[in-house]
Amino acid sequence: MTTKTTGTVLDVDSLLADRNVRTILCCGSGGVGKTTTAAAIGLRAAEQGRTVVVITIDPARRLAQALDLDRLGNTPLEVTGTDTSAGGRLDAMMLDMKRTFDDLVLSHTDTERAEQIFSNPFYQSLSSSFAGTQEYMAMEKLGQLHQAARWDLVVVDTPPSRSALDFLDAPTRLGSFLDGKFIRLLTAPTRAGGRAYVRMLSAGMSMLTSTVSKLLGAALLRDVQTFLAAFDSMFGGFRERAEQTYSALKDGQTSFLVVATPERDALREASFFVDRLETDQMPLSGLVLNRVHPHRGGSLGPERALELADELWPEGRRRKGVEVAPREVTANLLRLHAANRERSLHEERQTSRFTAEHPDVPVAVAVAQAGDVHDLDGLRSLGASLAGG
Amino acid sequence: MTRRGENRPAGGVASAPWAGVRLHVVTGKGGAGKTTVASALAIALAGSGRRVLLVEVEERQGLAQVLDVAPLSYEEQPVATVPGGGKVLAMAVDPHAALMEYLALYTKIRRAGKTLERIGAVDFATTVAPGLRDVLLTGKIFEAVRRRAKNDFVYDAVVVDAPPTGRITRFLGVSTDVAGLAKVGPIHRQAEAITTLFRSRRTVVHLVTLLEEMPAQETIEAVDALWRAKFPIGGIVINAGRAPMLRHKEVVAVREGAIDFESIGKELSSVGLDNEVTAQLLLDEGNDYAQRLGLERRARRMLHRLDRPIFDLPLIEGGVDVAGVHELAAELRAQGAA
Repeated sequence: MTTKTTGTVLDVDSLLADRNVRTILCCGSGGVGKTTTAAAIGLRAAEQGRTVVVITIDPARRLAQALDLDRLGNTPLEVTGTDTSAGGRLDAMMLDMKRTFDDLVLSHTDTERAEQIFSNPFYQSLSSSFAGTQEYMAMEKLGQLHQAARWDLVVVDTPPSRSALDFLDAPTRLGSFLDGKFIRLLTAPTRAGGRAYVRMLSAGMSMLTSTVSKLLGAALLRDVQTFLAAFDSMFGGFRERAEQTYSALKDGQTSFLVVATPERDALREASFFVDRLETDQMPLSGLVLNRVHPHRGGSLGPERALELADELWPEGRRRKGVEVAPREVTANLLRLHAANRERSLHEERQTSRFTAEHPDVPVAVAVAQAGDVHDLDGLRSLGASLAGG
Repeated sequence: MTRRGENRPAGGVASAPWAGVRLHVVTGKGGAGKTTVASALAIALAGSGRRVLLVEVEERQGLAQVLDVAPLSYEEQPVATVPGGGKVLAMAVDPHAALMEYLALYTKIRRAGKTLERIGAVDFATTVAPGLRDVLLTGKIFEAVRRRAKNDFVYDAVVVDAPPTGRITRFLGVSTDVAGLAKVGPIHRQAEAITTLFRSRRTVVHLVTLLEEMPAQETIEAVDALWRAKFPIGGIVINAGRAPMLRHKEVVAVREGAIDFESIGKELSSVGLDNEVTAQLLLDEGNDYAQRLGLERRARRMLHRLDRPIFDLPLIEGGVDVAGVHELAAELRAQGAA
């Protein structure tokens, strides 16, 4: 098979063998196969001897079954069927945003206070539908798994964000909110020493209180304030924690893989992400290009194939008597071949645009499979394909 | 409610299965092409001199790229004209602008926005408050759908390039959550009005998919979730379909070996191509094609079981540009989607 990539080739196996790399983050726009890629990478690393845990966010049902994922779990379980002969192991878990948030609360406070927080309507909403909570909790989980020290590699499938960049931005956003000025204002009346703030910004505060009460009703404001009062003890740590997790990404033990398909929009998104990682000095290992239809060899170009097809059997010619004429079928197969060649040429053009803009980003290519990947064998062959096999 | 089949009456111009619908929400699995389809649908709906607003809610500037116009803003601006006097305008709703507009409209407190901005409340509301961001976005959509000039609606239809299938039910249902949190006041009342519109016969949610297993499966799960949340389902748009290259009988012949290496080789030599590599390659490609077709048929059967109108859009070779969007719009009209 001749797979043409103009950029340098990403050596997936060296990456997986590098014991310094303890986190691999798979990022990219929706629908490019992030979850499957994360699972395939995790399985390959495990079968090469590493102790791996994969965090998936929202896997397709059949993939979840293949990984023995328990939707209620939120804790890693071993994936049965992994070849452990190299001494490795694969665990997988599905992120439950609310459970992770609940656990976080529990780890910071006593049971009684935790119950108070859990029953607060504002917390219930925050923990299940907050824009950014998922990203934050993915980061939080990542930190926890490393602390547990049971694995030497954590592979993370990033949440299906509006934009791939959200994953990087959301945690700091939530952290700074929970630890920010606005929260201090809201909680000021319940805090000792808060008076100065209130006086200083009293105009703003009373405007806020009256606006919020007017718009949302006093009950919601009370819910928020009660929640924040109960949450008070945890605040200090939040932003710090978010910042820690964020800067830990730069510590040389983390590696980003940007996932895309050889299509314009997916590659554009990948391009933005690569730029962003560079700006933030985040360690990018390379681009994983999924669902590639490579040139399958032979020297027959698309134009020549179409000419020959027309020579054999012009389109629209009637068949006499027979249901399937070998001559017509051969002509149609030539047309199919021309279409396939056109597609691989198109994909090569899209990809070369990316590699021209980012010549230093290594690329790993996974050849398109007819069906979806939903068992370990499928993941294994995807992993092998990515590693150049 | 429409049943499958009604979208393609025999002969003549098909009638739209969603007469009276004013809000079209377009969702789909990421990568299935919902932005393209939303744009095409807006153009299709703007036929016969209608005025359509196309709304982006994810701040990705996807519409601007598909329609090849400057980045969209909160200001509604013309992006396409359609033969017959139809017009498509487009906007990108950003929660910040929506909140400012909202405060100016409803609180009647002078400079409320500025003050709230200063103390960080606007940031809170637009980026971190639970669901508030989506409330502001859906609130703006609601306003556009109901906006009137004199006695007429300003827009005959509003098309939303909505969040993907994984988040659509929560997005549309955010007002219900809010109505539960804010139990009184204008936001509570507005949230209820929004929910009422979204669940009414004035709204349909279309789902864009590909003829592949995972997108089809996700579409089915999304339809189920939307249905349980009582949002009206519109059509299923199967995007990026490839024209059949071999007839079914031919596919069977290749798969079952009635057409083999020998017979292909013989035909190829008759046009002067004596190349065994090519013969084997064609046969391999034929077999792959047979396999893919089998998977496509299975995906289509799954989608047909949803019993919603199905629209088929062709793959635009080389990526969709403005001409491609118009081509898809014509296709949607021909199939009766508008």
